Amino acid sequence: MKVWKQFSLLLAAVTACIAFGLPTPASAAPKSVILATTTSTQDSGLLDVLIPIFEKESGYFVKTIAVGSGQAMAMGKKGEADVLLVHSPDDEKKFMAEGFGVTRRLVMHNDFIIVGPAGDPAGIRSAKTSADAMKMIAKAGSLFLSRGDNSGTHAKEKKLWKTAGINPDGQKWYQQTGLGMGDTLNVAAEKKGYTLADRGTYLALRKNLGLAILMEGDAKLLNVYHVIELNTAKWPKINAAGGKAFADFMVSRKVQEIIGKFGVEKFGSPLFFPDAGKKPEALGL
Amino acid sequence: MSGDASFLDVQDLEVCRGGVRVLAIPSFTLHENEVLSLIGPNGAGKSTLLLALARLIPAATGTLRCQGEPIVSDRATFAYRRRLAMVFQQPLLFDATVFDNVAAGLKIRGLSRQEVRSRVMATMELFNMVNLAERSARKLSGGEAQRTSLARAFAIRPEMIFLDEPFVALDPPTRQALMDDLDRILTETGTAAVLATHDQLEALRLSDRMVVMNQGEIVQSGTPVEVMNQPVDEFVASFVGMENVLTGTVLAAAAGLVTVALAERRIEFPGTAAAGETAVFCIRPEHVTIDIFDPAGETSARNVFPATIRKIIPTGVFQKIHLDCGFFLVAYLTNQSLGNLHLDEGKRVFVSFKATAVHLIRAGK
Amino acid sequence: MELLADGIAKAVALLASLDQEVLAITLLSLKVSVTATLISLVLGISSGTLLALADFPGKRLMVSIVNTGMGLPPVVVGLFVTIFLWRNGPFGFLEILYTPTAMIIAQAVIATPIVTGITVASIQNLPANLRLQILALGATRLQMVRILIKEARLPLLAGVMAGFGGVISEVGASIMVGGNIKGYTRVLTTATVMETSRGNFDIAIALSIILLLLSFAINYVLTRIQQRERPR
Repeated sequence: MKVWKQFSLLLAAVTACIAFGLPTPASAAPKSVILATTTSTQDSGLLDVLIPIFEKESGYFVKTIAVGSGQAMAMGKKGEADVLLVHSPDDEKKFMAEGFGVTRRLVMHNDFIIVGPAGDPAGIRSAKTSADAMKMIAKAGSLFLSRGDNSGTHAKEKKLWKTAGINPDGQKWYQQTGLGMGDTLNVAAEKKGYTLADRGTYLALRKNLGLAILMEGDAKLLNVYHVIELNTAKWPKINAAGGKAFADFMVSRKVQEIIGKFGVEKFGSPLFFPDAGKKPEALGL
Repeated sequence: MSGDASFLDVQDLEVCRGGVRVLAIPSFTLHENEVLSLIGPNGAGKSTLLLALARLIPAATGTLRCQGEPIVSDRATFAYRRRLAMVFQQPLLFDATVFDNVAAGLKIRGLSRQEVRSRVMATMELFNMVNLAERSARKLSGGEAQRTSLARAFAIRPEMIFLDEPFVALDPPTRQALMDDLDRILTETGTAAVLATHDQLEALRLSDRMVVMNQGEIVQSGTPVEVMNQPVDEFVASFVGMENVLTGTVLAAAAGLVTVALAERRIEFPGTAAAGETAVFCIRPEHVTIDIFDPAGETSARNVFPATIRKIIPTGVFQKIHLDCGFFLVAYLTNQSLGNLHLDEGKRVFVSFKATAVHLIRAGK
Repeated sequence: MELLADGIAKAVALLASLDQEVLAITLLSLKVSVTATLISLVLGISSGTLLALADFPGKRLMVSIVNTGMGLPPVVVGLFVTIFLWRNGPFGFLEILYTPTAMIIAQAVIATPIVTGITVASIQNLPANLRLQILALGATRLQMVRILIKEARLPLLAGVMAGFGGVISEVGASIMVGGNIKGYTRVLTTATVMETSRGNFDIAIALSIILLLLSFAINYVLTRIQQRERPR
């Protein structure tokens, strides 16, 4: 009997704590902004710096949902997000053309690199362009890991194969992980294969990977980020004001400065290059 | 003892299980203060009848009256159930102390702490188990557990109690002790009881009335002496230890005395029959006497025959003697008698039994 | 091995320094999973007892469904809860997607079949005549149910532990319905996944160790309570 009393008291106490601690749905409702962005953006740590500043200034509560670019845009199409921060230009253009977004503004870019085992079995170090490098990998039949998740990185990778005139699907040396960038890099490191990665994630993981940068600098490897405000015509529940506030925030001069300095302390070079207001042609796109 | 007042009265009771009728009781009565035993083989319906009487299983048809009042509505059934108690074959104790177990029925009825305490202690004293009060139910022997189950039932001071083979899983000495206590308490408290058992000695010992069941029906009802000495058919006979069931041809019947021929012997006993009919009759083994010398002339028994001992089977308490008198007969002898008479298999002896010891089951074509 | 040692060192450092973020994440893990387990306790034990005691056509089917539910993949639960809670979905008006409340709901959905299934088995495992014996002692239906639950308390507690274990450790549903939002819906499991994909293995290991310790502590308490009932 005594044990039961103790247990019920414990139960009551815990329930009380929890009941008091639970945030009520109402408190988060009108003042929240759902930002759909990519795992690589979140993994870079840039948002951990920017979001608190935005929240303080605007009073909005940002719910950062980090998925692949593909899923982020799918969320946008279903009205389940308020603003997008993605980097898959071709899909974005289609998205805008279909009327799902009202404005699309350039925010920043970083670049992709092709990494692989230090021994470089396919010898792509000698390649002049990214397309050549891809051709060499295919010819040598060296293991290549693809994210295979409709992310911006995956889209870029598919475009590179197309430019190189190669269809890797179904080939024995071409494996798709379906994972985020960090995990895919880990898999590539384990299996000693090649992969396409954004510089930021690679730099963050470089210490533990053992993969080397084997191809970089090609204009085709640029990774461009846009912030897209969504069209409320179809989905009235979208927080347009919040989305606009965030988009404006991202292209503001102050934030662009912060973006330009991000990563310098830790990695010696910035992870992103601010581009707000620039014309796409200026980047060689 | 059986009072005249009927406490429980059942008419046309039928219970079905899975579409099959498992119990059919046209009439059944339990009197005030009466201890009634239900005996029968496994599957006879004893447990089913008990559960139906306690209203723990639904009846397909039939009326149940308690002290004249019919028990029909849910409320009436609940109130009725609170006046009775039931004990099962397994003790079914709760995972708590013995005290808590005995107190269970009282706590359910919402009695105050002091009342519960005093009633529990009183009941445990009645059952000589006060020393077990704080013991965990998990640490009881089989006998102690069943004793606790009985105490739990009696603590609520039921007006009637139903017991479903409560002693069957206990060893003989424990069974004896508990039976003695139960007998004493039933008499002291005057509680009406229905006890299901397949041990005829238990029924003989404890009950005022014996009801024999087979395949969901009542076959015979009467005092234990009646049932055991005058079984109504071969089934009841076999169940009450009536080991000698014989069939013969009626030679003559006059003045209430029937003479039957069986294997060149003449057997006489009271009864009504017509010459030429086939008679089925029985004799209890205890009523068969064995002598070494012909007792004719000294004994008042009408039926005396020479016989040969075919087999002697020790059954612990007594010896079972298989005899060949021209027909097969079983007799019981105490171990001492066996010794005194120096009996052996193959020995020639004389058997005798009174005419009144024979019961005519039926006579007919 | 070095990595493991780094992880343990990091865990100790984080705990000793009472790192705010780690504390917040741990507290949220506890809050969400304990609440979900409590909900599943109430729903599971009541429905499980009902299912065990009732007799109706299709009972076996229901029990099979519950038993299947015990092995329901959390990520499937997460997907369906997300679809229901989407802003434009049937329950979108509640606006609870990407909140701890949504995580509690998803975890409760995961844990309840576990508690229900084990409750059904526990009650059915009681002696067959016990129900009748309790009724014969004059109990009302409600009293009988309470006594039966009390009699089955040992395996029922095991069921609660199983339910809790299932949700404190799950990550698929938590990520989907919670969004792993920093300081808001980030719990130990989702943070571990994120730190791993970021390459911060030492932090990931530290968080894992904290999760294991938390889980162990709670199960230890529950086991003490359960085992105190057993014969010594």
